[in-house]
Amino acid sequence: MASLVIAEHDNKVLKEATAKVVTAASQLGGPVHVLVAGQGAQGVAEAAAKLQGVEKVLLADDALYAKMVAETMETLILSLAGKYDAILAPATTNGKNYMPRVAAKLDVAQISEIIKVVSADTFERPIYAGNAIATVQAGAGKKVITVRTTTFKTAGEGGSAGVEKIGAASDPGLSKFVGEELSKSERPELTSAKIVISGGRGMQSGENFHMLDKIADKLHAAVGASRAAVDAGFVPNDYQVGQTGKVVAPELYIAVGISGAIQHLAGMKDSKVIAAINKDEEAPIFQVADYGLVADLFKAVPEMEEELTKLGY
Amino acid sequence: MKVLVPVKRVIDYNVKVRVKADQTGVDLANVKMSMNPFDEISVEEAVRLKEKGKATEVIAVSVGPQQASETIRTALAMGADRGILVKTDAEVEPLAVAKILKAIVDEEKPSLVITGKQAIDDDSNQTGQMLAALLGWPQGTFAHKLELGDADAKIEREIDGGLQTVDVKLPAVMTVDLRLNEPRYASLPNIMKAKKKPIAEKAPADYGVDVAPKLKTLKVTEPEKRKAGVKVKTVAELLDKLKNEAGVI
Ligand SMILES: Cc1cc2nc3c(=O)[nH]c(=O)nc-3n(C[C@H](O)[C@H](O)[C@H](O)COP(=O)(O)OP(=O)(O)OC[C@H]3O[C@@H](n4cnc5c(N)ncnc54)[C@H](O)[C@@H]3O)c2cc1C
Ligand SMILES: Nc1ncnc2c1ncn2[C@@H]1O[C@H](COP(=O)(O)O)[C@@H](O)[C@H]1O
Repeated sequence: MASLVIAEHDNKVLKEATAKVVTAASQLGGPVHVLVAGQGAQGVAEAAAKLQGVEKVLLADDALYAKMVAETMETLILSLAGKYDAILAPATTNGKNYMPRVAAKLDVAQISEIIKVVSADTFERPIYAGNAIATVQAGAGKKVITVRTTTFKTAGEGGSAGVEKIGAASDPGLSKFVGEELSKSERPELTSAKIVISGGRGMQSGENFHMLDKIADKLHAAVGASRAAVDAGFVPNDYQVGQTGKVVAPELYIAVGISGAIQHLAGMKDSKVIAAINKDEEAPIFQVADYGLVADLFKAVPEMEEELTKLGY
Repeated sequence: MKVLVPVKRVIDYNVKVRVKADQTGVDLANVKMSMNPFDEISVEEAVRLKEKGKATEVIAVSVGPQQASETIRTALAMGADRGILVKTDAEVEPLAVAKILKAIVDEEKPSLVITGKQAIDDDSNQTGQMLAALLGWPQGTFAHKLELGDADAKIEREIDGGLQTVDVKLPAVMTVDLRLNEPRYASLPNIMKAKKKPIAEKAPADYGVDVAPKLKTLKVTEPEKRKAGVKVKTVAELLDKLKNEAGVI
């Protein structure tokens, strides 16, 4: 019952999502190996080798894997699949991109975004924007799983697995990476931040998001948004929290000028504490908020910044 | 070039989903059903390609019950040329849908298949990628922008860190994200016209595909409900609660 975990990284840093998937994989019972596919990713492999519960790290270091292009990831993972009963990846845009290709080629269903390992072949996953939870049992064949990382603990450090270098698999030559435009931010990543402050259509403009930035800087928070705020062009697409955006579960989620549509709630309702600021006391967000403030955000948010300063933040 | 657009009939995104008391699934009796919202974006993109003279024919396909023909009609009213309904009352998993679509692609030979990134009922986010793999084609998932050439397509993708552009050889599969376009509403004359457009009726067996599920759903339950908390009167009170009661700042 060996498992292969596909590491999420940017060639420099091993993403925390990987350590969460390792936890999920450990719960399947067998040895856990991690595949680091990248370019110049030796450091990432070394970081993965330190994760508790990892027995071995496979490092495929090649220009082919610089950007985890789906078609090349498929052939690489398939070349290794024979030795494993389960293959797991985080439900990031990378994992969602290459894993279904692997599942299709192995002729198995992919089990998407599991939130719980019930037993070695049985898992819970949310459906209908998290309004229902399905318990599914895998049939014969290998298990191909993506993991929603918000519900699994981060595997600790202290392990000392070996790193084995492996060669590149064949290049299907079907697609190539052209370029990317990454949002630059000094703040923590949305999916791993302890505090998230998100703005919605109520923010009215991208300029106004700077009010949230100031709070975020004080609280070491990440800034997120509703779909309406992204569609309106206030903030980039990678800010979107929700059913079809990012799923977050921070210690504190502050929703500002967000009504609380089910598609938004799907992405944040597992946060430990939810606070909401909305001028409409009937807004559905208040049905899930631990602390609700009915107020005009254009008054409340600057006031919050002042109060935080007074409190020494 | 031909463009194939798979469209799924799903519970309308505005409907409040209820889990059945016997835990076998969610209650779909008498609830409003619509085209998966992402698939509206796919149809829109395909129709625009036709309007720009890049696509010659747009074919809408749905795998589902008889009523899925209404979903196909919606696509036809938006501007697709003809439809294929692969009729089955069974719940069909993404892999089986992908196999059926592959068989249709083998017959129809489109240069581009445009799917939604995710069906809002099963939230699987798999079908397009699986189809691409079965065909041995490249994919551009979570598309934000498409630049279609004669032999390749430049696809800008929404990724966790921002945007990424890939260049894929045609034929290819593209799955669409929310910001690719804004789908049109079908006009009344076009709805009338759509009634005359042909929809071929098939069954999974016609394509030699076994749709028996590979995953067994043991039960479907309600998620834990969050309780509404308290209303605070001032910003100072909010911060006090967050700091001293919840201990999260
Ligand atoms: C296929 C599909 C996928 C989707 N995926 C997502 C997703 O992943 N994430 C997501 O968020 N949404 C998603 N949506 C959209 C979702 O249905 C809602 O439309 C969206 O969440 C609404 O965003 P909002 O709350 O910012 O805007 P609105 O619903 O317009 O709410 C704005 C709120 O701001 C308040 N407000 C306005 N001005 C002020 C002020 N001055 N002070 C205080 N409060 C103020 C208003 O009272 C209102 O409650 C999806 C929809 C579809 C169809
Ligand atoms: N039964 C179906 N009929 C037609 N298209 C489908 C069907 N199921 C999935 N699709 C397509 O695949 C996309 C992704 O679905 P999923 O993989 O289920 O999240 C959808 O947006 C549709 O474009």
